[in-house]
Amino acid sequence: MACQNCEELDLIVKFPEKTAELDTYIDSLGLNNDMEHNRGLLIQCLHRAQHIFGYLPLEVQKHVSKKLSLHLSEVYGVISFYHYFTETPVGRYKINVCTGTACFVKGAGTVLEEFKRYLNLEQGETSADRKFSLGGVRCLGACSLAPVVMVNDKVYGNVTPKMVPEIINECK
Amino acid sequence: MIDSVEKLYKQIDELKNTPKTASTILVSLGTCGIAAGGNPVYEALKSAIADNKLEHVFNLVPTGCMGMCHSEPTIEVVHHATGERVFYGNVTPENASAVVNAGQGVAVGIPLLERSWYCPEDEEKVSDEQVQARIVLRNCGRINPEVIDEYLVNGGYTALAKVLTGMSPDEVVQKVLDSGLRGRGGGGFPTGKKWEFAAKQKEKTKYLICNADEGDPGAFMDRAVLEGDPHAVLEAMAIGGYAIGAEHGYIYIRAEYPLAIQRLQIAIKQAEAKGLLGKNIMGTGVNFTIELKYGAGAFVCGEETALIHSIEGKRGEPTFKPPFPAVSGLWGKPTIVNNVETYASIPAIFRMGIESFRKIGTEKSPGTKVFALAGKIDRMGLVEVPIGTPIRDIIFKLGKGCKYGKKFKAVQTGGPSGGCITTDNLDTPIDYDTLIALGSMMGSGGMIVMDEDDCMVNIAKFFLEFTLDESCGKCTPCRIGNRRLFDMLEMICDGKGTEDMIERLRTLANIIKDTSLCGLGQTSPNPVLSTMNNFMDEYLAHIKEHRCPAGVCTKLITYNINDNCVGCTLCARNCPVACISGEKKTKHVIDQDKCIKCGVCFNTCKFHAIDRV
Repeated sequence: MACQNCEELDLIVKFPEKTAELDTYIDSLGLNNDMEHNRGLLIQCLHRAQHIFGYLPLEVQKHVSKKLSLHLSEVYGVISFYHYFTETPVGRYKINVCTGTACFVKGAGTVLEEFKRYLNLEQGETSADRKFSLGGVRCLGACSLAPVVMVNDKVYGNVTPKMVPEIINECK
Repeated sequence: MIDSVEKLYKQIDELKNTPKTASTILVSLGTCGIAAGGNPVYEALKSAIADNKLEHVFNLVPTGCMGMCHSEPTIEVVHHATGERVFYGNVTPENASAVVNAGQGVAVGIPLLERSWYCPEDEEKVSDEQVQARIVLRNCGRINPEVIDEYLVNGGYTALAKVLTGMSPDEVVQKVLDSGLRGRGGGGFPTGKKWEFAAKQKEKTKYLICNADEGDPGAFMDRAVLEGDPHAVLEAMAIGGYAIGAEHGYIYIRAEYPLAIQRLQIAIKQAEAKGLLGKNIMGTGVNFTIELKYGAGAFVCGEETALIHSIEGKRGEPTFKPPFPAVSGLWGKPTIVNNVETYASIPAIFRMGIESFRKIGTEKSPGTKVFALAGKIDRMGLVEVPIGTPIRDIIFKLGKGCKYGKKFKAVQTGGPSGGCITTDNLDTPIDYDTLIALGSMMGSGGMIVMDEDDCMVNIAKFFLEFTLDESCGKCTPCRIGNRRLFDMLEMICDGKGTEDMIERLRTLANIIKDTSLCGLGQTSPNPVLSTMNNFMDEYLAHIKEHRCPAGVCTKLITYNINDNCVGCTLCARNCPVACISGEKKTKHVIDQDKCIKCGVCFNTCKFHAIDRV
């Protein structure tokens, strides 16, 4: 159950249309009584759930586990193992600094430090107003543009610490 | 619908005889090409052709990566009458129309690029400049990956046709064995051997997996193949399925590669619609279906047992081998896991024949390997060279050495599992075994070049940080041992290292290597050992003199302004934390408390007025 005292209401209850979207997807996968079969579909269900809700809080995890007849512990185990899944809400602007090797040798470290300083956030955190999330990503494969920063779907290449305020100002 | 092999050949003939436009313009639209602004260039060309009503002259084709990331967006213009090919680099939407206006000539004002490769399947090597031999990347940048006909016209699915109608599964396995193909994912295990193990299993259900979980940061060759030539992988998987007796295959792909996923989905759909995948392929009674499975950001899932667990929907933790997946893999059934590049080599082997294939590369490792050149190199991009090519040729002939004339220091191969190769060993022919002898490894093919400005202790620390993050935590040596290695390296980089740490680092690194379960743990200390073997002087400078020779470790450096300062204010204007103060035309001062040591002032000063000590 979601906490009644804070704003974080149960997403499943709060967004019936989103829940319905997820259910339609899961039902289309052809579940059956075979546990092994259902477990094989877990990761793609979680991908879809995160795509729909933005993150995977406990209520969503419970919902998925019920749908797939899997233990909640198994679902949680998978979510906590893979970096792609997040249990905390992310900001409107997801700033990802590439921390792949090519970007690293070309100074992505100083760029990340500058983002941290400028936004007053640590890596993996979201600002209180949920506007910005700061993260690192392992190689976007655009090594020729290193160091690379990705804000949602937009790629910025050859980024220097000096460009940080400009990039943030564009997030409006 | 192609329901017989004859129909396939007939369709290919028809496609070959379709009248062509006088010229074809190929636009490189892989992920990197798009990030560099390829789409606006494509649109500009499209409207230039439409405005001049030249649709009958120019055929505009979006393609995958051409490998020349250093000059993206790149386009290639092929004039069919003369066979002439012109490469343009750094094309912009503004100058793109010049290409159309030039007609059959060469447009002026756009940088031209030379073609440093040949395709052994179609042509002979004509000059020494052609260091690259493209087998895997043959179609990348040459066909529209979203149109199956373009793959067919280049001999696509003929290897599968040959296999299904003229060879028994055993013959296919034997042929792969004879080709000497080794796994391109890093380990270098003979592909034919793997197939043989699985083919021998009596189980009825078997699986074939394509490992497209390219996790090595700085390696992007698999993505380029999937984005540029997805059908090659599908065709090879169908061949593999027939050889081992599997009817179902999975491609395990990183969720971070949306474009590759999209192009694979299109390719699978098109191949199924044509009857080249699915039930009763080309009327031969052979079935093979392919399904995509998405990774979720775990480097360890590149290890085959971990990957299998991930497909089963579990935490991607590796398990002990044996039993090998070829005996008991996915859901306990015999399973083959091969890398994208390995698969992409297979149709070519069947088309070219073993003899021609073995002519390329070395006796023990025939064929080619794709490398992703990145880091401080002048010409970044993808290169495919015959195995056995000297490392020097790759870095200096193809990559043109370090950027801005800096001095080359080392190249890291094998990513976080590999090691660095220094100037002394540049003439080594690149091969699985020679690299291991140098304390590195082939890995998936990332090559990160480092120059004089890179601190090797810091590089080792970077790789360990990656391993720490990616260790699944199952085995103690990897989970805790690497943490301790990292702590020691951090202390050294902060100037708090002690001399006994050298020995402790070495001992612990060897213990981790010996006692970890999977490849990740066994190779994780390689960057530390390799940098210690090659750059001990840098470790000692950090420990004994509290000095970072490359001027990278921020705790060990300070920036000061000397008397060369003319007060131009450039540094103050560029400082991201505004810690430089001073009046115009007077010497400036850096506030050391505020300085984040980013080095921007050092790099922008035109008067050598900033000292880094």
